[in-house]
Amino acid sequence: MATPLTLKELSKKEVLLTSGHRMCSGCGAPIIVKMVLLASEYPIVAANATGCLEVSTCISDYTAWKIPWIHNAFENAAATLSGVETMYRSLKKQGKIDKDIKFIAFGGDGGTYDIGFQSLSGAMERGHDMLYICYDNGAYMNTGIQRSSATPYGADTTTCPAGSVIQGKPQPRKNLTKIMAAHDIPYVAQASPSNWSDLVKKVKKALEIKGPKFMNILSPCNRGWRSRTDDAIMLSRLGVETCYWPLYEIENGVTKVTFKPKEKKPLVDFLKPQGRFKHLFAPENENMLKNFQEMVDKEWGSLLKASGTE
Amino acid sequence: MKLKGWKDVNPGAVCTEAGSALKFKTGSWRAYRPKWVEENCIQCLFCWAYCPDMAVFVKDGKMTGFNYDYCKGCGICALECPGKKGNKAIVMEEEGK
Repeated sequence: MATPLTLKELSKKEVLLTSGHRMCSGCGAPIIVKMVLLASEYPIVAANATGCLEVSTCISDYTAWKIPWIHNAFENAAATLSGVETMYRSLKKQGKIDKDIKFIAFGGDGGTYDIGFQSLSGAMERGHDMLYICYDNGAYMNTGIQRSSATPYGADTTTCPAGSVIQGKPQPRKNLTKIMAAHDIPYVAQASPSNWSDLVKKVKKALEIKGPKFMNILSPCNRGWRSRTDDAIMLSRLGVETCYWPLYEIENGVTKVTFKPKEKKPLVDFLKPQGRFKHLFAPENENMLKNFQEMVDKEWGSLLKASGTE
Repeated sequence: MKLKGWKDVNPGAVCTEAGSALKFKTGSWRAYRPKWVEENCIQCLFCWAYCPDMAVFVKDGKMTGFNYDYCKGCGICALECPGKKGNKAIVMEEEGK
């Protein structure tokens, strides 16, 4: 543990997700997985909900994972991994295994916020010693950009298309991080790949805590967000700096904002480079931009209040 | 890479070879190629950290080039590269030119 957290030190470790996976060019998810796996000092066993990450890292007989990895179905990554974790505890009790192994489940927002929600909620409630990581790209990107409950307000998707009837998704996104915190689990955090050291520190911290942990990580998707292939990190940084995606953690009920931007940028800075919000810049949709900014301000305000750093 | 027939695949589609995706070279997807300009490189390793394809070679904590077998040419490394005195150490060039 004495080694300082620098990219130079991290780069000396083997990345346990290999090249040759078939995520799109410029995808945010493999960057997140790489950082998560590098953060761990322990052997990892992972489960994956169905989603972009699952289908493109394990196609047919070719896997990009260098760790034991299991995929079951869309809705049950958390349930599957809780079974694996229970088996591990049993084997340990029987003296058949003595390694210290950590368990991580990866799910997209579809497999976490919507389809996998009940199994996630159940695994957290049962108190399994595992970390669930949601890489949130804000829609069902794998199947062609359908809206999910993580899709932000006003975003254009193929099932809430901006047109003459609606102007993108009419509903705001569900605040899953807060919902997970309401499970009263020991650790819940929100992170972004742009702030790599914050992300790595949170994963390290989560792995040292016994019990169920949840992390929600912003994962830019240039196909679904209708942006450029090179802007995944830039957009996730703007998400953080505009407080659309605040970086915070809730440890044993205590909220702590882990990054407070020096100057909170206006939300439009985050929305403007993304084609999915293009229609919001039409003069008749000015009130939507205003509403959206108010939602972001409200959440940021409540976070600052909760963390006592107002 | 030779595709397997159904008889060659393990029951339950179990993959027994870790990291076998390395046999699939994604470099052919690339339309733009990152070029490393060593004199402008400050060895911040952001390119390595932010590469979605693990296609940046690092040896003993120093960036040494790109793995063009797998680089998909997204350009994140070039955009995030701070460079030296405003000059980028990674520039994107169109393939085939």
